[in-house]
Amino acid sequence: MTRAVVTGIGIASPNGLGPTAYWRATLHGEAAIKPITRFDSANYWAKIAGEVPGFEAGRHLQGRLLPQTDHMTRLTLVGTDWALRGAGVQPNDIPDTDIAVITAATAGGYEFGQRELQKLWHQGPEYVSAYQSFAWFYAVNTGQISIRHGTRGPGAVVVSEQAGGIDSIGHARRQLRKGVKLALTGGMDSSLCPWAWVAHQASGSLSRNNNPRRAYLPFDRDASGYVCGEGGAIMVLETPESAAERPGTRVYGEIVGYASTFDSRMPSREPGLKRAAELALRDAGMDASEIDVVFADAAGIPELDKAEAEAIKGIFGPFGVPVTAPKTMTGRLFAGGGSLDVASAILSIYWSAIPPTVNVENPVPEYEIDLVMNEARHGKVKAALVLGRGKGGFNSAMVVREYR
Amino acid sequence: MSRRAVITGVGVVAPGGIGTKAYWKLLSEGRTATRIITHFDASPYRSRMAGEADFDPVREGLTPQEIRRLDRAAQFAVVAGREALADSGIEFDQLDPGRIGVSLGTAVGCTTSLEREFIVGSDRGKYWEVDQSYAVPHLYDYFTPSSMATELAWTVGAEGPVSVVSTGCTSGLDSVGYAAELIMEGSADVVVTGGTEAPLSPITVVCFDVIRASSTRNDDPTTACRPFDKTRDGLVLGEGCAIIVLEELEHARARGAHIYGEVAGFASRCNAYHMTGLHPEGIEMSDAINIALKQARSDATDVGYINAHGSGTKQNDLHETAAFKRSLGAHAYKTPVSGFKSMIGHSLGAIGSLEIVGSLLAFEEGLIPPTANLHEPDPECDLDYVPLVAREAKVNTVLTVGSGFGGFQSAMVLKKVEGAGR
Repeated sequence: MTRAVVTGIGIASPNGLGPTAYWRATLHGEAAIKPITRFDSANYWAKIAGEVPGFEAGRHLQGRLLPQTDHMTRLTLVGTDWALRGAGVQPNDIPDTDIAVITAATAGGYEFGQRELQKLWHQGPEYVSAYQSFAWFYAVNTGQISIRHGTRGPGAVVVSEQAGGIDSIGHARRQLRKGVKLALTGGMDSSLCPWAWVAHQASGSLSRNNNPRRAYLPFDRDASGYVCGEGGAIMVLETPESAAERPGTRVYGEIVGYASTFDSRMPSREPGLKRAAELALRDAGMDASEIDVVFADAAGIPELDKAEAEAIKGIFGPFGVPVTAPKTMTGRLFAGGGSLDVASAILSIYWSAIPPTVNVENPVPEYEIDLVMNEARHGKVKAALVLGRGKGGFNSAMVVREYR
Repeated sequence: MSRRAVITGVGVVAPGGIGTKAYWKLLSEGRTATRIITHFDASPYRSRMAGEADFDPVREGLTPQEIRRLDRAAQFAVVAGREALADSGIEFDQLDPGRIGVSLGTAVGCTTSLEREFIVGSDRGKYWEVDQSYAVPHLYDYFTPSSMATELAWTVGAEGPVSVVSTGCTSGLDSVGYAAELIMEGSADVVVTGGTEAPLSPITVVCFDVIRASSTRNDDPTTACRPFDKTRDGLVLGEGCAIIVLEELEHARARGAHIYGEVAGFASRCNAYHMTGLHPEGIEMSDAINIALKQARSDATDVGYINAHGSGTKQNDLHETAAFKRSLGAHAYKTPVSGFKSMIGHSLGAIGSLEIVGSLLAFEEGLIPPTANLHEPDPECDLDYVPLVAREAKVNTVLTVGSGFGGFQSAMVLKKVEGAGR
């Protein structure tokens, strides 16, 4: 079976731009959830988020791209540039038809869309941007990446709420198995504008606690919902043969297992997260004992935390494996969250350290999970399991391993 | 033994009638169902026409709760999904739910509902700070289209891989291609797939207005979409849904299912050219066709019918005509080509699935639906576009293609399966 290795990682996270800055901040437990600055949140009950600071799109992208892109597309394009650069891929290194682009989306370019909706309804149809037709739709990032880098292989966009970041990487691996050499994959997401905010508030999943240190507390007895963030990760995924054509290419790690499942609406049925994890392990041909860390979905919603803890305990036994949720530092990144977790898992392997879960002080004892709290744990990490869930019933699991 | 993905059930909501029978009647008679938009007052807009479905959710059996909660596109998916399930004859409650997946295509998701709620919350765009007190409880379901996959998964009881595939106007082809991949790789035995779209709201109409992609033949809406005709002046929007039950071949055979056909080959390409434009040479669509044919172990000369994208823009007509010639060579000139958008409009992320279903029915009935409104062929489009009237033909291999904003080009090869029952 064709193997899939990660050779480039582009990260835009509330606590760091680029894999180095992100990893340093994440290992040190630097939380970046703060009062919202991107819009006036005074009239909304949720007032905090993880915003990507210091991102000036105009420094990275040509001016002509700015009027036609939402913030999340700009993050994606810059993240893709970084991933390709890190992987040492130059144009013409790889035939353009051998490169796939597979991204995840949740709500498209929502801020762009709000602006155009406002123009339409307040000023009139003639004021709507000619770019609205594509700047807000879910497929935009794949299309823009393809144009920017001249890739003419397969393209796709997967939407499975917050599980999508993992699913996109799973689908990218599928494309490698179908014959492409390299895939640009993952997700970067942002929906920090008033029109998105009322939707987030309506989801019933946001924490009503506006203290950045007390709002998003997965597995804690005070869990009260989550906090939104923006950003994510775009990765270069390729076959080892393709990577070997560029001598000196750094291989961060390998994607060895993936599966996705769905939760039945019937309460009598068991939630599908455990099954996704088991299927991903089976796909990897690995035993649970070979997993050194679990990057949890960490919903921060008591019943979902409980279900996840039960899934982890069911596979690894009580306190059977270190569990961590670095997303406690950034908030949940929607289509970007799963891919950033996969990137974190890969960096964990590459740098032999498990980043901590922050702010959690009182994990629910009955969960019986070994939550990595407050401080990173240093030591060899050979393989990691990444879990992700999306509202509506989506479950995804990915196994990453050191490349040998 | 490699696993093969076959279609064993179909369900349709389309302009011109609800259900697969009504849909086929429209296609086979070459009638059009495009008209002046009735869903809202379209008089301020440049293009005021669409293919609208006469869809009454009460008559289609949706509960008041479902009608309140679900965007129209999700309502379509549930109704078409139920028809497809019944048509397949699968006893879904007898299957392992973990082996059932869902892959649903949509280009613009729940935009119609989002726009409706935006108007209220922003007081018709007066305020950037949308008022939270007007937010409906299910606003978040409109926010992300994966909620529609959830709804369809609930309808069929799926607990396997579930997702939305959203690649603009190729979503309806790509979602089915994705579903076929899930079956072939062994991740599922049955995948309920297809595409749904109910995009007829001002913001979507304006999107196409401002880039002048849509037709302005507002005085003659029933003939406005004219692919391959030299008088064409753009696309006509549409709405609709097709849901397809895709099943692993041996699984279908074991229960003696009727098999419409096989998804024998599928490929998608990015054109890396322009977010809304198409290069006239059609290289990437041709690449997709070649790969899909290769995967289907078919030669170009096996193709008995091409279901075109046929959106009604000159750019598209030249693009796909070039692609067909590039891939099929001389055989392109002998192959009937037709476009259903001339009859039902362009329902964005749904149309690819509606075209798949229409193509499967062409197998069943031995009849190729025509390209409607094609009276004055464009001399630059010199293939056999089956103008106006359906044509009898025994077809065993169909090629269906799509192009979408973002540069997506997709091709699927559908083959008739021998010994397929009924």
